[in-house]
Amino acid sequence: MTSETKSPGFFSRLAHPGQFLVWSRYLVWPLAGLTVILFAIGLYLALVASPADYQMGETVRIMYMHVPNAWLSMMCYGVMAVAAFGTLVWRHPLADVAAKSAAPLGAIFTAIALLTGIVWGIPTWGTGWVWDGRLTSMLLHFLIYLGIIAMWFTFEDQHRAGRIIAVFTLIGVVNLVVIHYSVEWWSTLHQPASVFTAEGPKMPLELLTPLFVNLFAFSFLFATLQVVSMRTEIMRRRVAAMQRQAAMNRGAAPSPEPAR
Amino acid sequence: MSGFVALIRRDLTLAARVGGDVLTVVLFFALIGIVLPFAIGPDRPLLTRLAPAIIMTAILLALLLAIDRLFRADHEDGTLAAMRFGHLPLEAVVFAKMIAQWLTTALPLLLATPLMGFMLNLPPALLGRTLIVLLLGTPALISFGAIGAAVTVTLRRGGLLAPILVLPLCLPTLIFAVGALDDTAPGSADAAFWFLAGIALLATAFTPFIAAYTLRLGSE
Repeated sequence: MTSETKSPGFFSRLAHPGQFLVWSRYLVWPLAGLTVILFAIGLYLALVASPADYQMGETVRIMYMHVPNAWLSMMCYGVMAVAAFGTLVWRHPLADVAAKSAAPLGAIFTAIALLTGIVWGIPTWGTGWVWDGRLTSMLLHFLIYLGIIAMWFTFEDQHRAGRIIAVFTLIGVVNLVVIHYSVEWWSTLHQPASVFTAEGPKMPLELLTPLFVNLFAFSFLFATLQVVSMRTEIMRRRVAAMQRQAAMNRGAAPSPEPAR
Repeated sequence: MSGFVALIRRDLTLAARVGGDVLTVVLFFALIGIVLPFAIGPDRPLLTRLAPAIIMTAILLALLLAIDRLFRADHEDGTLAAMRFGHLPLEAVVFAKMIAQWLTTALPLLLATPLMGFMLNLPPALLGRTLIVLLLGTPALISFGAIGAAVTVTLRRGGLLAPILVLPLCLPTLIFAVGALDDTAPGSADAAFWFLAGIALLATAFTPFIAAYTLRLGSE
């Protein structure tokens, strides 16, 4: 028996939900601390130590909120897409949990990116909202997030939900491409990419440094929240399983309460 | 191939026997076209400008209204489970049901469009182009709807979820369809037309596989 079963590899053991709960416990506080430090530096650089723009004036500081949130809203979806792939190909239980935890976070990052965009647009463009390619596709991105969250709430069986939502998540990846190229295809009002271009960043260093510090700060915020939320979700599933077990032991019918 | 044709014929017969569904969808479409001019006011030039957008929106909403029943009845009485293990691949079953859905919902809407265009003061010269655009756009909308219907078929409380999921997927189709009817900019209208054709082809080609895969996942 034991000679026939293959012992699981290093990563399979790390990704086992029980093992994940054990090792991720030591990850939460260091991640949270790093996030706080990065935010302290990032906010100081963004609000005090960086110069105002020669055209936009002080409002350029909104960029340090807007751009990291917009990047993270895409990265969150990327995480969900990789998790969806893991769900469909390897049927990995932790992939479901990762996809479910990332969805509300991504929705919030997208909402912040949209709202800061509106706040920034009113003084600089003279309008908070236009039906420009980038803005419209970002709004669609937000709606797709909300649809995915609504699905997680509606399915009773969370394992089946994980697989079906994975299919829908992978369809939504098309919109990521549209968002990325929207500023080149429909160049109306939103400016084209100016940091990650083939010729290198088209932005002076004193603006680029606070931007990247803030990007790291928000990325670590995402990592912290993602780990905490995954731990919560695993424990929530265990509680639901225990409740079902207890109900069965009492001889009652299994509770129809959905295991969220 | 005969199973495929028989399946289409079965869905058409079911729709013809119960009948009410087809009428409901067309009435819903017509009512949007009647309600909106009331809301906008009887400004004929304004209606002319808005007519393509109103028609497209009404078509989109009417198709989404009907899409929930694409797999639901067959799922609830177990026919879908029987079809899953039948001789015909599930992908072909889905494609047959999409064709039947198009014939019973989109085709009646297309036939009602000239009347709708007349009421909305759509320029007669634009009517032919509108119908061609609809002929291209409706298969794409049915395809996205089929994915939404397949995703939500196992949900007893998911009646409103399918339209919410599908609407963001349908927006590019809507944008390009209305763009293709913009007679003030012929160049960009042609570009939108080809984009629309591309979306329709890709959507109808991939949907049977995606929806069948989702249906299999849902019934595990």
